[in-house]
Amino acid sequence: MRHVITLLVENEFGVLARVAGLFSGRGFNIESLCVAETLDPMVSTMTIVTRGDDQIIEQVLKQLNKLVSVIKVMDLIEKDFVEREMVLVKVSANSETREEILRVVDIFRGKVIDVGSKTYTIEVTGDEKKINAILALLKPLGIKELVRTGHVAMVRGSKASTEPGA
Amino acid sequence: MKKTGAQIIVECLKKEGVDTLFNYPGGAILPIFDELSNAPIHQILVRHEQAAVHAADGYARASGKIGVVLVTSGPGATNTVTGIATAFMDSIPVVILTGQVPTLLIGNDAFQEADIIGITRPCTKHNYLARDVEDLAQILKEAFYVARSGRPGPVLIDLPKDTLINPTEFKYPEKVFIRGYQPTYEGHPGQIQRAVKLIMKSKRPILYVGGGIISSNASKELTLFAERLGIPVTMTLMGLGSFPGNHPFSLGMLGMHGTYRANMAVMESDLLIAIGSRFDDRVTGKIEAFAPQAKIIHIDIDPTSISKNVRVDLPIVGDCKRILSKMLSLLEEEDIHSFKEGLNKWHHQIEKLKVVHNMNYEQKDIIKPQYVVEKIYELTKGDAIISTEVGQNQMWAAQYYQFIKPRTLLTSGGLGTMGYGFPAAIGAQVAFPNKLVIDIAGDGSFQMNSQELATAVQYQLPIKVAILNNRYLGMIRQWQEFFYGKRYASSSLEGVQPDFVKLAEAYGAIGLRVDKPEEVVPTLKKAFSISKPVIIDFMVDPEENVYPMVPAGEPLNQMRLV
Repeated sequence: MRHVITLLVENEFGVLARVAGLFSGRGFNIESLCVAETLDPMVSTMTIVTRGDDQIIEQVLKQLNKLVSVIKVMDLIEKDFVEREMVLVKVSANSETREEILRVVDIFRGKVIDVGSKTYTIEVTGDEKKINAILALLKPLGIKELVRTGHVAMVRGSKASTEPGA
Repeated sequence: MKKTGAQIIVECLKKEGVDTLFNYPGGAILPIFDELSNAPIHQILVRHEQAAVHAADGYARASGKIGVVLVTSGPGATNTVTGIATAFMDSIPVVILTGQVPTLLIGNDAFQEADIIGITRPCTKHNYLARDVEDLAQILKEAFYVARSGRPGPVLIDLPKDTLINPTEFKYPEKVFIRGYQPTYEGHPGQIQRAVKLIMKSKRPILYVGGGIISSNASKELTLFAERLGIPVTMTLMGLGSFPGNHPFSLGMLGMHGTYRANMAVMESDLLIAIGSRFDDRVTGKIEAFAPQAKIIHIDIDPTSISKNVRVDLPIVGDCKRILSKMLSLLEEEDIHSFKEGLNKWHHQIEKLKVVHNMNYEQKDIIKPQYVVEKIYELTKGDAIISTEVGQNQMWAAQYYQFIKPRTLLTSGGLGTMGYGFPAAIGAQVAFPNKLVIDIAGDGSFQMNSQELATAVQYQLPIKVAILNNRYLGMIRQWQEFFYGKRYASSSLEGVQPDFVKLAEAYGAIGLRVDKPEEVVPTLKKAFSISKPVIIDFMVDPEENVYPMVPAGEPLNQMRLV
């Protein structure tokens, strides 16, 4: 099953290597990983998307918690949460497909951020389903390049999920 | 007054009560050695950095204190890796200080540079790169705290040379607070209560205890608990000594080379009370067939140990000693008398298991390795500190020496490191100069760190090394005999071995050779009376096997007994 795990970690040398090394060393898989500083420059957030059965995910969470540099671990699957990913897509665009591409981009509330003589570069943000849906529509039109940021996620409601001690 | 990084480190070591260092100098770390020349810290110069970590590890296991290692950058640091991984797998508190090239050169492939932080990340509990002298005192304080607290383990601090030279004000922090690291010591009260209730309902309970009892110093509580309820105890290799091996409730070791009665009792038990043990594959055999009738209570300080290998019915995270104490006090309210009466049938069942003589060998004209170990036990009455190498020697030591007290067995249980025993014995002898320390060794393993004879002789450490010399890598030979059609590839050392007596003498130690059974006891007595390092080369039966044996991946009750 797919799990979205949010970590608060010390913003220090080597912490990404500790987390990534834990996954590779113990044979857990990472589908995507995002890491950046929080409001507190001493702390970073990592959002990791992984898959596994209950026993594996329990180990993943416990092992992450065991790392000295990890302050907090949360499996968002247990909660109501929002998640977003951004993609940049370079699509072939000719006189026949330009209109169609723009329509698709408009429907998915994406943006054309660069135009070439034969391409559009599109920015789209959304959850996994939405991103997959637009990619499915653009694919037949000719995707030349695709870059995804990986997922970031946050618990719904007024409580801050990423506060240490929250 | 300002102090240099090197001076700060020496001050920190003193504040932490470190009186012994296992070390090997080199260019990058010299500023600390320079400061140590007039510090009240005993320095043991080993002959290989791997041995420094094993010695510090042996020192820690025997004494309960933290072992400290000081080595240089590059090869000095990389040589420590096997020692660190050994300590990590067995949860032994060791602090390793490694030299590093100056911060500006890091990443430049400088002379004697190695990314030891990257290399040791997966085999340390935590590690630190001290890039700024300002952070040094804090890092040392944290490192010692992390190494000894929670589930103990090795912590490495990498020290770039400029950090050692730069000056700053020295202030040793009084307290440590690491927000990402707060081990749980007190077990959940509700869970503890439920565990007691579950135990009181059981009819065939068994205590399955491991190294966690020893690291939390819970032997007394464990013994009280087992005696109060009359519950039989089986130990893992790492748990030997946590409960007296000669106690009527002891079933001995379980697992691949465990006793018949321990393995069968586990298979028939209805409640397994696992304390400070981690369901290692060498213990469980085929995991799906392990303790099929039993509910499992698992007490461990490390949450990741719980439900890692087996499903657990009742987990309790916390310190073994505190949880056992709480359980003992909860027993006051229980009807122990009728519980114990209910166990009579179980004890009777176990008595019948004891009738199967699985640990038998016949001492005829060739020395049997088991005989040597048994005689070592009889002569020392279990009062020595025993280290082992890895392989057959390790298993015979575990089977035929009755470990009565905790911290009397030093063995690489998790990683299974050949060459561990001798340097570990050095560490233990340094911690206890007046105790008898014996390394039960194999001829193969001993050669993996035999250079440490120089260390033993230099510091007049009267360690006894009993080599069970079968001219084979014995455990390999045994597996080849059983599972590889007796094709003994690369396992015979016949005719290609050093003369261990001469080897000892070359280093200035004493060497003795024994090839007749009747000489075993007199030679051991003689060796024990010599106040120098002694190697005793026992020429044992080359084809003796370790029994019982549960082949890897088989259920525990599928034992080869002969």
